[in-house]
This record gives sequence, C-alpha cells and structure tokens, in this order.
Amino acid sequence: MVRILVSSDQSLCVEFGNDISEEINNQVRAYTIVAEQAAIEGVVEYVPTYRSVTVHYRPEVIGYAALKNRLMTLTDKMSAVEIPLAQIIDIPVLYGDGYGPDLAYVAQINDLTEQEVINIHSKPEYIIYMLGFTPGFCYLGGMDPRISTPRLQVPRVKIPAGSVGIAGSQTGIYPVDSPGGWQLIGQTPLRMYDPNRERPILLDSGMHLRYFPIDQAEFDHIHAEQYGERDANK
Amino acid sequence: MITFVKRGILTTIQDAGRKGFQRFGMPAAGAMDQFAMKLANVLVGNAPDTEVVEATIIGPSILFDEAEAFAVCGGDLEPCLDGQPIENNRAYIAKAGSLLELPMAKSGARAYIAFSGGLDAELKMGSRSTYMKAGIGGVQGRPVKDGDTLGLRAQKVELPHLPGRYVPAGFGVAYSSHPTVRVTLGPQDDLFSDKGKTDFCAGDYTLTQENDRMGFRFSGPDIESIPESDGNIISDGICFGAVQVTKGQPIVMMADRQTTGGYCKLGCVTSADLPLLAQLKTGDACRFRFVGVEEAQALYLAQLQLLDDLAKHLDTPAIAGAFATAHAAPRKTSLREFRVTVGVEVFDIQLEELD
Repeated sequence: MVRILVSSDQSLCVEFGNDISEEINNQVRAYTIVAEQAAIEGVVEYVPTYRSVTVHYRPEVIGYAALKNRLMTLTDKMSAVEIPLAQIIDIPVLYGDGYGPDLAYVAQINDLTEQEVINIHSKPEYIIYMLGFTPGFCYLGGMDPRISTPRLQVPRVKIPAGSVGIAGSQTGIYPVDSPGGWQLIGQTPLRMYDPNRERPILLDSGMHLRYFPIDQAEFDHIHAEQYGERDANK
Repeated sequence: MITFVKRGILTTIQDAGRKGFQRFGMPAAGAMDQFAMKLANVLVGNAPDTEVVEATIIGPSILFDEAEAFAVCGGDLEPCLDGQPIENNRAYIAKAGSLLELPMAKSGARAYIAFSGGLDAELKMGSRSTYMKAGIGGVQGRPVKDGDTLGLRAQKVELPHLPGRYVPAGFGVAYSSHPTVRVTLGPQDDLFSDKGKTDFCAGDYTLTQENDRMGFRFSGPDIESIPESDGNIISDGICFGAVQVTKGQPIVMMADRQTTGGYCKLGCVTSADLPLLAQLKTGDACRFRFVGVEEAQALYLAQLQLLDDLAKHLDTPAIAGAFATAHAAPRKTSLREFRVTVGVEVFDIQLEELD
C-alpha cells in the first residue's frame, strides 16, 4: 500500500514498502518516471531510494495538501504508463593484484579460487536500487551469496576512486577516494564521478549494471582516456 | 576583487544549495542559515539566493581591492570596517583598500556577508555552494585559505537610499542562545512511543561538540522508540533539519547531510526555525515543539514575504525606514513590568520605552 508521509515542510515521502525487493523497487522506479513526466510546478527534485521516493518541493509554489493530492493521483497512472526497459551499463574491472587486495581473502573465506570469485561476481545483471552515501555511490541488488564476505575489521583510511568491493551480501564501487571497510576485489578505470562532465555521475537508480573483467593493458588504456586528458588540462 | 587576508576557522562560499542532484547521492550543501543569507542579499539589492561568504565563530578578514557594497547578517561576529565597529543587518559601501574583520562570535555562530552583484565563485551543477567532501563549488571546493582572492561578478559602488538599507536585530527571526525550535512529525514518527514524543518536547537539549555543517548531535532526555523498532529503517531520503534518533538521542541533519540514510527520523525542524538552530554554539541549549506541516509552511512563507516586502520597499526610499521600524521585534530590554496595588485592586502594568 502506498503511503504519503511528511518528511519536512519542504518534502514528502512516497513510500511503497519497507523491504529491499525488486518488486518494491520497480514501483519506485515506475513512480519516479510518472512523476517526472507530470512535471509538477514547485517540485524541485525526486530522490528514489530502495522503497520510497522523497519529493523535495517549494511550499511557496505548491502547498502540502495540493501536492499530496497530486502525488496520490499519480499512483493510479503507474500501471498505464509504459516503463522503458532498464538501461544496462557495463563496468570494466581489473580484478586482483594491486587493484583488489582482498580478492584472495574473499576466495579463501568462501572456499573458492580467485578465478571463481571473478566469474561469480561478473556474471549477474545487478539492479541499481539507489544512489547515496557519497556522490555516485550505488546500492546494488543481486549479488550471489557464494561470495558474501564480512567487512574489514579495521577500515582503510583511503580507498582509491573506482575500487570495487564486497561488504556482507552487497557489492559496490567507491566513486571518489574515501575511507571504507569493504573488501576490495578490483578497480574500474571508469570515472564514476567527475564534476566537470556534463553528466557528473555515471550511474542512476533503476539502471542495471554488469561487471566484466579486463587486463592491465585495457585498464591503462581506459584510465588514460578517463583521467589522463583531464589531468593534463589542469 | 576581494582578498581573504585571514581565513577564519571555517569560511566557505554558500548559496541556496545544489538542487537536482540528490538522486545521484550529491548532498545539497548551501548556507546553514538560509534566512540570514537571504536578508544580507536583499539589503545589498541582490536576488535572495545569491552566493555569500559563510563565516563560522571566528570569521575572516577581507580586504576590498576595489570599492563594493556589502552587508553582514546572522550571528554577531563583532564586524569592523577599517577598525570601526559596524552593525549587522545594514548595508555599507567599502572603499578600495578597506578591511572588513569579523573577529569573534559575540552571539550566534555564523555570519553571512553578501556582496552586491555576487561573487565569482566556482559554479558546479547549478550552484556555487562549497561542498568540501566532493571538492566542488566556492573556492576550489574547499574552505578559503589566507591569501585567496575572489572576483566580484558585478561590482556596485553605490546603492539607492543607503541609510534606509537597515533592519533591526530580530527582523524575521528572533535569534537566541536558548530558542524553542518547531518540528514537524514524520516520516517515521510512528516508530516512537507517545512517551518518547512527549519527552522530546519536555526538556532542554544541549548541543554537543559533535556539530558541523553535516549535522548537530544533541544531548537531552531519551526519546523512547516503540518496542518493535531497533532504530533502523531501510534507507530513505534525508531532508535539511531531519531529526534522526540514534541510541535515544537526536541528531539534526544540516546543510551538508547525506542524501539518504537508514536511521529513524522522528521529525524535521521547520524551515522557519532552522536559522535558529544554525546559530547555536556548542553548549547552547534548545527546546523542541511539534507543529503541523501547514502551520510550518505558513511560518516559512511569512518569512519569505517579509524579505520580499523589504526588497520592494528598499526600492522606494521614502518608506524604507518606516517599513523597518514597523517590523522591528519588540525589544525586551525596553519593556518593564510593574504590579500596582491600589486599595483592593491590582493592576499589571507594562511600560514600553520608545526611542
């Protein structure tokens, strides 16, 4: 059942459930698309999460009661609107060695070879449930439980941007240099966050994501393309 | 151009915040005290959401390399222009070579300096707000350093009706070091017990040392959850002012908050009262009180209307001064109360001294 809750005097929360599930997240995605198409005057932005959409708005343009009504009527339109297929984004990853210092540990704790971990990790089509935590950080669903690994006991102080990690039953990518406790299994040369790009953040919620393994030469080539020219411009 | 001769503790460039990128995990940032930012801008003839300098506790010293109109609002950091004390909430014209200093917070925590025409700070994703963790906006995405310079986007050396570009303290927001702050309930208020909600409004909450642009952790009466709640939820969006409760104690999420989070949120500080919170210092206390969302919006709209009226009146010199006087907050110092007994009758008398 959909509930529309007050988040603040400038935002409402359209809540579809309280679980992490593909079904609930599909409703979130459908609703976000319908709401954006409706282009309600006074709405500043929609923030989709696992199970809700937070609607930030300007009360000087549209008041609480009027917006709540509009948002409620939009739920009826969800089934009528054609929801486009999720866009798939392929993420090249150089697994292991200096790029994924915890790959051996993830293999060992799960009784697998490193190659098996790579095969299992790069097989599924993950759902991007939401972005949050830091600019561009994705919360993915769909990781194979055979490679689940607890977080590091002592987090690292600095993890390089692009690092691909596992924490419990989740996998994700660090978009910017940051501290963190995820087990690092590889690194993507793609620049996940670049404030100078027209589209600063590569990922979006609702997209599907696939990892595919690359070798050092491919990594260097893509990395130079993504970072090299920009750095040379500084 | 202006030069930051001394940087102060934490001096950043801020505006209304970065809108439209929260779905990508990009925090909004923006001025902590949005009202003070807007007021400073209106006084110097800017659009209310123009970028300003946000100074914290110990402010910067700013050298005007060219003449420029400016105003300081928000916390009282004892501003001085060329060594002479100047007032908050008043527009001034600095001469080329003038030095503006904001040495130390006497009351409040954050002062906002608006420059007529705005500052040529870094524009990223539609905003000039500094968001330090991602290194964007303001001056190279970081707090200003000694010797940093910033260009003026449109230098203005005179303003119409300069003497009337003034409002008294308390205009729009009655700042206090012990304010009562209004809060709307939700979105997870149903995960707190009635006792928890009552206790939240019953006692003082003191601002702990853990306070920065991201959030304010308070210490006060425990806020009881319902037995079924472990304090966590599946993540949803976080708003400016959201009251997160962890281990029974509130953390109010401020300008640099994350976009999403997994702690229960009892409510959200109203937009009209967020400026009160933004001006608290470590050790200051506040009380919380619940209001309905429609009342909260009415309060916020009244503030915006006040700023709008002020902007209009500043263009009409004759009534500018009268407008400010009419909107002056009652000064408690000039109000005296007496009780007079005449025979068996008792009279309560309030004497207001007008200047």
